[in-house]
Amino acid sequence: MTDTPILDVQGLETHFFTKDGVAKAIDGVDFTVRKGEIMGLVGESGSGKSVTGFSILGLVDPPGKVVGGKVLFKGEDLLQASDKRMQNLRGDRISMIFQDPMMTLNPVLRVDTQMIETIQAHEKVDKQTAWQRSRDVLAQVGIPSPEERMRAYPHQFSGGMRQRVAIAIALLNKPDLIIADEPTTALDVTIQGQILYETQKLCRETGTAMIWVTHDLAVVAGLADRISVMYAGRVVEQGDINDVLDNPVHPYTLGLLGSVPGHNTRGTRLYQVPGMAPSLFNLPKGCAFQPRCEFATADCQQDQTITEPVPGRAVRCCHPQLEVSS
Amino acid sequence: MSENMLEIKNVSKQFVKELDLAAKIANTFGAKNKEERVHAVDDVSFHIGKGEVVGLVGESGCGKSTLGRMVAGILPMSDGDIEIAGKSIKPSKEKQDKAASLKVQMIFQDPFASLNPRMRVEDIIGEAPVVHGLVPASEKSEYVAKVMKKVGLDPEYRRRYPHQFSGGQRQRIGIARALAVQPEFLVCDESIAALDVSIQAQVINLFMDLREELDLTYLFISHDLSVVEHISDRVVIMYLGRIVEVSPTEKLFEKTLHPYSEALLKEVPRIENRGLDYQPISGEIPSPLDPPSGCHFHPRCRYATDKCKSEQPKLKDYGEGRLAACHLIEE
Repeated sequence: MTDTPILDVQGLETHFFTKDGVAKAIDGVDFTVRKGEIMGLVGESGSGKSVTGFSILGLVDPPGKVVGGKVLFKGEDLLQASDKRMQNLRGDRISMIFQDPMMTLNPVLRVDTQMIETIQAHEKVDKQTAWQRSRDVLAQVGIPSPEERMRAYPHQFSGGMRQRVAIAIALLNKPDLIIADEPTTALDVTIQGQILYETQKLCRETGTAMIWVTHDLAVVAGLADRISVMYAGRVVEQGDINDVLDNPVHPYTLGLLGSVPGHNTRGTRLYQVPGMAPSLFNLPKGCAFQPRCEFATADCQQDQTITEPVPGRAVRCCHPQLEVSS
Repeated sequence: MSENMLEIKNVSKQFVKELDLAAKIANTFGAKNKEERVHAVDDVSFHIGKGEVVGLVGESGCGKSTLGRMVAGILPMSDGDIEIAGKSIKPSKEKQDKAASLKVQMIFQDPFASLNPRMRVEDIIGEAPVVHGLVPASEKSEYVAKVMKKVGLDPEYRRRYPHQFSGGQRQRIGIARALAVQPEFLVCDESIAALDVSIQAQVINLFMDLREELDLTYLFISHDLSVVEHISDRVVIMYLGRIVEVSPTEKLFEKTLHPYSEALLKEVPRIENRGLDYQPISGEIPSPLDPPSGCHFHPRCRYATDKCKSEQPKLKDYGEGRLAACHLIEE
């Protein structure tokens, strides 16, 4: 791993201007992703994790708008880039995998057509070479008899296989960065296992960096190198995966981890984060988590800055829970 | 647990897609169109003791929801019998049997689809107890308030409509609706799958509190093994319509008997498992339209022998309340 990050997001802000007011879906998000690194972006519904992915790729539709910050991809600010430039980057240097592969694949085109098109849109190669390369990538993601499957239509694949095709298309041009938005949420456990296993292998082999957006902490635990936990449009805790999961410092991360059932919780009550996620139209003053936080004090009414209470950890909280975790 | 709350006896369910007119005409001219027949549930038997929580686990298409719906009396069975508290749930005109069917209630997965958007919460929860004569119509409002308090909802909200609530609150409305007819047995079909992690924890805790308070029995259907491990006393694992293993929860997570359970347990993502290093089981879930011969799991099983391909293994008792259907354990 080199130290220059592939992606450096600084103070990203995306707001949605609706008739009910301005929803600050993302309100100052910072993170970096290095070469070959898998970053887990975790949060509950409405925390802005998916919108972060869309903002990086310039895919936010009105009434949404990226209103501030920088997205530096290998030093180039994507927010300043022209539409043409973004079009060249998308699917080539940065690609995306979505939750529902039935929505991303064109149902009336054969898989080979869609794959060859993806290659030829970015590179001047003849059809033969493109076909060959598509076949190889299909084999790489674990699709049996790829020659035959190239000629199939998306509906002829099962859910797991379809997601593999989507992953294969994302990998076609050997991108530097893949943004995966809940790609295994709709799949069965055994199929999810296969895809997690293969994704990790591919990232290790090709050095592709990855942002894995999910609500499932357990999935990220097995897959990612680093983790960013989002709450109400902000990253509240960020760090090495083992550090964060073993010694969470932010009260929200603490609560989230406590509420996951597992081996040690049998028969006991789960920890529950009181209350529910706030509406983005009406965020609490200061720290957005403060009304649900048991450690909250008057200081939490102020805007929180990012501190580093533990080396290598970024936390947005004025009461980091160091004693509890150690 | 002397008496059984639920007794499932050799229950099967087949879904048949009958031939359309064109296919029937073609058949008279010698074409060989056949009816499509899916064995969603294939000769399944197990029981649930009074006050017990049983987790029913499996991947999509294994028939777990179909079984749950048959238990709740929503779907008719093709074969076999289901008894709740000693009474068959087969449709009957007698009044006391109707009262018996109120004992089992179902809580669904999607709290958005399972509540009528045009009804006020008060009517959603209060309709059934009034119709069944549990509560006089004049006391409906008070009764609803009592039930709402029980599931942690503010009774002030009873004049609202479902869309005015969040996902977690809606699921609580669904639970309140089920509890309103004073059931003894709840069938929860993926009831927490659609909820966020922190809300999930709240609903799981609610289920456990209600169990203590009202002495409820649960059939907890889920694909999420960590939730099932947390909440249930016993686990039933299904694969393509058949039971492959039944076991007390603690015993199962110590050591599995069936190779499918083993693979399933290994593949549950857990916070404690960092850096994947397992070998995932290969292959896909076969189509239930055309299941493999013998043991349904044999094409994906790494221990499979010739016997597994030809002969269907029977569910056998291995002591300590453990049952499994696999040729390899027998040997």
